[in-house]
This record gives sequence, structure tokens and C-alpha cells, in this order.
Amino acid sequence: MQASWNPLTDLQLLFQYHFMHNAFLAGTIVAVVAGAVGYYMVLRAQTFAGHALAHVGFAGAAGALLFGLSPVVGLLVVGIGAAVGMGMLGDRNGSGDAADGVAIAAVFTFAIGIGLLFLQLYPGQAENAYSILFGAVLGITDTDVETIAAAGIATLIALTVMARPLLFASLDPEVAMARGIPVRALSIGFLVLLAFAVAQSVQVVGILLIFALLVTPAATAQRLASRPPVAIALSIALALLFTWLGIAVAYFAPYSVVGFYVTTIAFLTYAVVVLLTSERVERAWQSRAHARSAAA
Amino acid sequence: MAKSSARQERSRVNEDGLLTLLQVSLNPVKGLQEMLGNDFMRYAFMAGTSMAVLGGLVGYFVVLRRLAFAGEALSHVAFAAALGAVLLGFEPLAGMFVITVAVALGMGSFADQARSNDIAVGTVLTWVLGVGALFLSIYTSSASGGNNGQIGVNVLFGSILGVQLQQAQEAVGIGLVALVVLLLIIRPLLFATLDPTVAQVRGVPVRLVGIAFIGLVAVTVTEAVQVVGALLVLALLVMPAATAQRWTSRPFIALVLSAALAVILTWSGLILGYYKPYPVSFFITTLAFGSYAGTLGVQYAWSRWSRRPAGHVQIAGP
Repeated sequence: MQASWNPLTDLQLLFQYHFMHNAFLAGTIVAVVAGAVGYYMVLRAQTFAGHALAHVGFAGAAGALLFGLSPVVGLLVVGIGAAVGMGMLGDRNGSGDAADGVAIAAVFTFAIGIGLLFLQLYPGQAENAYSILFGAVLGITDTDVETIAAAGIATLIALTVMARPLLFASLDPEVAMARGIPVRALSIGFLVLLAFAVAQSVQVVGILLIFALLVTPAATAQRLASRPPVAIALSIALALLFTWLGIAVAYFAPYSVVGFYVTTIAFLTYAVVVLLTSERVERAWQSRAHARSAAA
Repeated sequence: MAKSSARQERSRVNEDGLLTLLQVSLNPVKGLQEMLGNDFMRYAFMAGTSMAVLGGLVGYFVVLRRLAFAGEALSHVAFAAALGAVLLGFEPLAGMFVITVAVALGMGSFADQARSNDIAVGTVLTWVLGVGALFLSIYTSSASGGNNGQIGVNVLFGSILGVQLQQAQEAVGIGLVALVVLLLIIRPLLFATLDPTVAQVRGVPVRLVGIAFIGLVAVTVTEAVQVVGALLVLALLVMPAATAQRWTSRPFIALVLSAALAVILTWSGLILGYYKPYPVSFFITTLAFGSYAGTLGVQYAWSRWSRRPAGHVQIAGP
């Protein structure tokens, strides 16, 4: 598809086909959910757990293909199982120490091995593996959009209900526990939400690239804003921006690898923000401001 | 190509798989002879064994230094590098080797700032994977790379039964060099891992040793990608070492145990993969998970039974 550099015509071109409507609908829901859930994940330092849940999901999606179900169903079932298991095995406040890291690695390599077996049993393995691993946003059906929307709304409602106690439990688990907040239950509940978010994101960016929507927007937002509501809103906005831009660029670019464009945009944004907010740059800005006020 | 003949060979074996398995259990020597009579199995054992020894030894330090996530990141770099090399017409192993070691050395130089910085690692890792996805797409849509993108699946999930003589020799050569380097730095490395502050005071070049070690991790990862694939590297890099550390707290015994366990896992996976129609990587990861989970179960039962406080078997380390 050739871009005409006329924004209006390009927008028309972009929404010419039904599969692009579905891609944008699914992408939007996923970005909102991933941006919000990702904020808590980064706050709780559970990036490795999120990574592991995504990989565990590979087995679920491959198994669902084998039994003729929708990959989203397999992802949800296996993801929730793994989330509860990891939450139960993990320590009190659910963040991983060395032993937990090894346990997480053990579970997810095993899950990928099983997923590989499922794929081997199912004919046409290469293409299916790729669509699970790297996403197939341009091949999303109407039913998929409905499933993603239902799961997304459920995730957002659950997150809104537990937002405040979860924030408290994430920032200061000891005090939260003393105040009677069920820290452990919240930790398991959050992992389940994370599994939901992962299951939805897989269709858009794939299991391997999920970090681009879960971690990078949240990490960028935390560098720019310290107040939680502002940071969450910023994280959602960034996730939306990455997804929309990624899908749009992939539509016009010669290689329609949405995952590549989403991850590249996310990575560049994060790199620029890290550079701009580094102490050295801030000090340089301050000294320049000082010099200017001294001159005036 | 030798690879397709290897596949035919395997499917021939699979047809009378049960019969062959019975023969093996009746006459192990004959079964072993028959299995090693195949070139592709000899090459697989060569590459697999050298990788397993290296993975077991290096993995011990990976667990102690809590570098599991970094190892995971490097395996993803190896994936993108292998596809990039194929795309540009280089040998995948060479491309993977050069780029992964370069990235590892870069990571090692920033180690002080990047310590426990999972977010930076995760962001870079995801981007590298995205680049790999692009390479894969370009390669599979190009004229030379039809074949349903099998190359990508091989890199992600391993292709040990398709290893050629030259690759096996390279794997053994690289493995031996890495092993010598590891043995040369093993004492300062252990010291710097267990107590970096004291080691620094005693004049051990902690930073240099750390950079050299992350380079070794990169070499191990590129070897492991061939055996179990980029997605399953941790099965050979972390699982045997974690299991070994559960059984003993003495470093050198744990190192030997870890290497031995990695070799046993790899050999068992290869033998099962030879007689059964399922991927070798699946058997290796399942056995690795089984040995770790089994160890945890046995030790839990033991601690319950002997009424000692749970978790009295300490993980070696600080």
C-alpha cells in the first residue's frame, strides 16, 4: 500500500478494509488494558513474571489450536492456572527472589516445550507458531474482537475495583498487611489480571513482543510522572500511540510486521525519554536556566 | 540435503519405533551401535555434549549471579542475529556468535548501572525480537527463503538432529575454548560472585571478571540455541545448575553435578528424540523441569518427614 502523504486520504486508505477496522478495535482495547495493567506490573517489579506468563501462554494457544478451540481461550485457561500457581509458590508479597526466578524459569521453559509438542502434533506448525509468537493483528476476526472486548472490559473493571488497595500493597506491603489489606490475595489476583492482559495482547503483538505494550509504556510514564493516576493515564496513552502508529506504519510499509514497528516505536520513545530525563541532561538544563536568570 | 535425509531416517525409525525400543532394552550395545551408526546422531551427540558441559558449568554462575533474565535476553539477541546473518548470506552460527558476544560485552560494560534493571533489559529484548520478526518476514517472503520459514522455527526451537559435521566441529571447538577460559577464571569468578566487596579489596579485577563471564554466557547461549532453540535456552542454562545447588552447597561439587546433569539431560533427550516422533527440545525441557520439580518435591517431603524446618537445604551463595 502506497502512502500519499496527504493525511486525510491516508486515513481513508487506512480504514478502507474491514480487517483494518478489526485490527484497530482490538489494538485499542489491548493497548488500554496493557497500559493500565503494565503500570502495576512495573511498579511491583514483576517483569519477569509477565514475561513468563506470556511464554506459558504459548503452550495454551498451541494446545487450543490442537483441540480446535480459539487461541484466546487456551491462553486464558493456561495463563490463569499459571498465575495462581506462581502466586501460591511466590513469597509473601509476590515479588521474585533468586529461587523464585529459577522457579519461574522452570515453569515457563517447560510450558514452551509442551507448546512445541502441541505444534508438532498439529499440521502446518511454522505459520501457527509465528502467529502466536509474533502476533497476527491483521488477521483478527469479528469473533476475536468480541472476545477481546469482553475480556478487556472485565479486566478493566476488576483492575478499577482493586486499584487502590493494590497500589497500597505494591508500594508498602508490610504496612498494607498491618492495615488488614489481603496482600497475598491481591498479589494472586493481580497475576490473574496480568494473565488476562497477556492473553488479549497476544493476538496483536504476539507472545514474544508483549513487553512492548506491557512494560515500555509504563516504564516511560513512570519516568515522566510520579503521581499514580497521571502515570497510569500517560501509560495508557503511550500504549495507544505505539499500537496505532505501529499498525498504521505496518499497513503502508513494505513489510507488514506490526510487531516490529510497535516495538521499534516503543523502544525509541523509551530511549529518548531516558536520555532526556537522565540526571546529566537535567543538570545541564538547570545550569542553563540559572545562567539565563543570572544574565537577566 | 543431509537434513532431509536425516528426517527420512528418523521417520523410518519411527515406523517401527516400539519394536526398536524393545530391541534396545534387550540389547543396549546393539541399539547404541545402531543409533550412533547414523551420522546425524553422532553430530548431534558431539554438539549436544559440548554444549551441555559448558551450559552446566556456566549455568552454575548464572544462577548465583542472578543472570537468568540476562541469559534469556541474550538468547533473544541470538535469534535476531541468526536470522540477520541468514538474510545477509552469512553462516547463521557465525553471525549469532559474533553479534551475541558483542551485545553481551556491551551489557557487561554497563553492568553496574544495569544491575537488576529488568525494565531496560526487557525493553531492549523486546525490540531485538521485533527486529528478528522483521528479518524473518523479509527472509520468508524472499525468493530463496520459501520453505515455510523453517529456519525461524529451527532457531526458536532448536535443530539438533539437523546439525552438520562442520557445525558439530565448530560447536566442539567453541565449547573447548570457552571451557578453557572458564577454567582459567573460575577461582576469581567464584570469589567475585560470592563476595564482590571482599574480592575487590583483595585485588580481584571484579569488573573485568564480570565482563568476561557475560561473554561466556553469550557463547553458551549461541551453542544452546542450536541444541534446544532460543526459547528454551534456560532449560540447559539454569535448570541443571539450580537442581545441583539444591543438593549441595559446596561449589566445586555443585559445578560437577550441574555439568553431569546437563549432559545426562541432553543425552536422554537425544535418545528419546531418536526413537520417538517428538522434538528433542521437548524431551530435554520436560526432563529438566522434572528433575528440578522432583528435587523440590523430594526435599520438601524429606524436610517434613524429618521434622526439620522447611528450607534447611540452603542454596549456596550469599
